[in-house]
Amino acid sequence: MIIARKKSSAPWTPKRKKDLIKGLLFISPWLISLFVFTLYPIFSSLFYSFTEYDIVRPPTFVGLKNYINILDDDIFWKSLYNTVYFTIFGVPGQLIIAFALALLLNQKIRLRSLFRALFYIPVLVPVVASAFVWRWLFNVRVGLLNYLLGLVGVNPIPWIADPAWAKPSMLLVHFWVCGGAMIIFLAALQDVPRSLYDAAKIDGANRWNQFWYVTLPLCTPAILFNAIMGVIETFQVFSIVWILTKGGPNYATEFFVVYLYRNAFAYFKMGYASALAWILSLIILACVFLLYRTSARWVFYGGEQY
Amino acid sequence: MAITKPAPQPLTMRFRRYLKTIPGKIMLYSLLFALSLIFALPLIWLVSTSLKEGAEAFKIPPELIPDPVVWMNYIYGLTYMTFGKYILNTMIIAIPRIFGCVIVSALVAYGFSRIQWDGRDSLFFVCVATMIIPYAVTMIPLFLLFNKLGWVGSYLPLIVPSLLGEPYFIFLLRQFFLGIPQELSDAARVDGCSELMIFWQIILPLSKPALAMVALFTFMGTWGDYMAPMIYITDPDKYTVSLALYQFGASWRGSNLDRYTWFMAAISAMTLPILFLFFFVQRSFIEGISLTGLKG
Repeated sequence: MIIARKKSSAPWTPKRKKDLIKGLLFISPWLISLFVFTLYPIFSSLFYSFTEYDIVRPPTFVGLKNYINILDDDIFWKSLYNTVYFTIFGVPGQLIIAFALALLLNQKIRLRSLFRALFYIPVLVPVVASAFVWRWLFNVRVGLLNYLLGLVGVNPIPWIADPAWAKPSMLLVHFWVCGGAMIIFLAALQDVPRSLYDAAKIDGANRWNQFWYVTLPLCTPAILFNAIMGVIETFQVFSIVWILTKGGPNYATEFFVVYLYRNAFAYFKMGYASALAWILSLIILACVFLLYRTSARWVFYGGEQY
Repeated sequence: MAITKPAPQPLTMRFRRYLKTIPGKIMLYSLLFALSLIFALPLIWLVSTSLKEGAEAFKIPPELIPDPVVWMNYIYGLTYMTFGKYILNTMIIAIPRIFGCVIVSALVAYGFSRIQWDGRDSLFFVCVATMIIPYAVTMIPLFLLFNKLGWVGSYLPLIVPSLLGEPYFIFLLRQFFLGIPQELSDAARVDGCSELMIFWQIILPLSKPALAMVALFTFMGTWGDYMAPMIYITDPDKYTVSLALYQFGASWRGSNLDRYTWFMAAISAMTLPILFLFFFVQRSFIEGISLTGLKG
């Protein structure tokens, strides 16, 4: 790191003042955006969550009514269940798949960049495109998936047409888009010093031991990063679901943000939707905080700690 | 795997050892090919369907290779939905956004990396922390704010926020700027260059690859974005490519089979250019993503 810290007790020399002003000037666009597009919305969202507001008439203060109504709202609970389901299976599943792919790509292979690109491509496909392609693959009667399964003797699966299958189908699409996490894992794997493997081999470690005692610990920071990103993403999944199923069938894929969006932009219950947003944010932040707090126990920061 | 130099061995032994690795290699490569086939399958199927006749696309059992190959689907699909207009609309949003994300994020990143000032690192921490704020919580107040300003229905809500820099790109560029030797800036300061001149004439030219990545990320993000345009754009004449394609797909009712293959052609016309673009720049692209991941 290039940062050589100045002692904060040092006197305010003219140069120090000048540097402060220069620095603040350079970051001023972001400072404005912090206040206008981040802090103001957060606080006004908190305010709106205590009001009833339909955009047309001015907001009226209703205290905790929105929050109380939410606790009584069956669809809220349904959407929370769906979202937690999606996160609990989606995050670990995607981590495992991404890590396995990264391990494969980290072998001595030719055409590595080609394979890497192929696994990464789903991330780049615009969400409208991937949603409609998957809808086509999921087609019960003429879809490719059911045809391929039929070849090995599996009966047609109703996929997104059936409440029992809709969430697993969504998970399938989610796993397909694991390239981002894979790239992070691959970078972490390539940063593992060769010398550690050599040392492990001298100590008589077989390949499994090398993986368990060298590779995995050194990848835990990447696992933490991807887990946090995964939680933030899966809790807020929206576009792909909205296009594929609109939350159906029978609310099976009514995820949290889908329900929030519906309240805000279909029913124009801005106050209610803001309260939903706050509940979601608190859940997400709690999860991230938990992951971060437990990380001291399982994340290994190598010699770079100083 | 063996990096330690082995003692010189007779050729036959080395050959025998090489032979031993072959079954493993065959397994490794067949696994890789099978997996990449699975990952590519949806797109292969998209392209295949986009080149079929309507009746053939819905035939059971399905065929992978279209017969006949109907290139005209692309022409019909793109003219049916007046693709050109929506590309233009998308560009009207993308170009100012690219400008904002590249230049402004670079300015901010410069302030966070190339100048020493009090409180810099704490503020940078705030900048990174804003990235984990759920968009769900800012989405509604921002809509209400833009609604008050009378911007809903225009492109302004999609453009203006990124003109002030995006934390993700600020982070990425800061990482890059930190890697440029500080001596370059010091020498220029001794020569009497202002910070803006150093930024413009030294740092930016040295950061072209990173800036190009930010531009590309921004373009792809704008091109593929569905949610924000859906919230803010109401007039079908102002639709972006994503919105227009969604309408095309959602309005298809299952009666006109040919139109479905047109639709698939339009979808693949929206997707394939992005993928080609990616293949050309994938090395630096992937370095960019890895950079944002961990080294912080």
